[in-house]
Amino acid sequence: MEVLLFGIAKDIVGKSEIRFSETDELPGSVGDLKRLLTASYPEFGKLSSLAVAVNSEYATDAVFLTKDDEIAIIPPVSGG
Amino acid sequence: MEKLTIEIVDHIDSANVYSELSHPQSGGICVFVGAVREFTNNEEVVALEFETYKNMALKEMEKIALEAMEKWELNKVLIRHAVGAKKVEEPVVVVGASSAHRTACFEASRFLIDTLKEKVPIWKKEIFKNKSVWVSAHP
Repeated sequence: MEVLLFGIAKDIVGKSEIRFSETDELPGSVGDLKRLLTASYPEFGKLSSLAVAVNSEYATDAVFLTKDDEIAIIPPVSGG
Repeated sequence: MEKLTIEIVDHIDSANVYSELSHPQSGGICVFVGAVREFTNNEEVVALEFETYKNMALKEMEKIALEAMEKWELNKVLIRHAVGAKKVEEPVVVVGASSAHRTACFEASRFLIDTLKEKVPIWKKEIFKNKSVWVSAHP
């Protein structure tokens, strides 16, 4: 499972993606992923918002994750 | 000609937009151009750097354009955002619409830029002389 990182999320983690290996315990849902991430990198808890996209659509915390999904962390957007 | 123009590009040429939105049934054409401003909170900005999650950003931009076309009677809609480093006065985003009468394109253009800023996965970093800041990241 790979999780893409953008903007400040990339700076917090220090790379542009997080890779979970076969042996890692995979987050089962968007909510699990957010909890896991915030536990490992407390800086995520300080952001104005933290969204997750699954297969390039915004996903609620209840959405389940599978290893084939394209998952991305969406920190507060600031286009325009 | 396509009714919708949705693009993420390296460089915006705002001079082309008028002809892109021109349409025989449109008596009104509105364009909003967002550009790099020199000062943020009295601090001099050297440049802005934009990055995007491109395939999702294009999808979100298309949704916004389609929503605008449901709300107003528009003949053409355009949303174009630039990525990469942009200097002061350079255009970074352009949105616009054309319609039979002016009210629809004025209102739609406002909706396009406001919704883009709220939903589209694009991130802006302000580069100052001694630091850089991801805009809106923290409360």
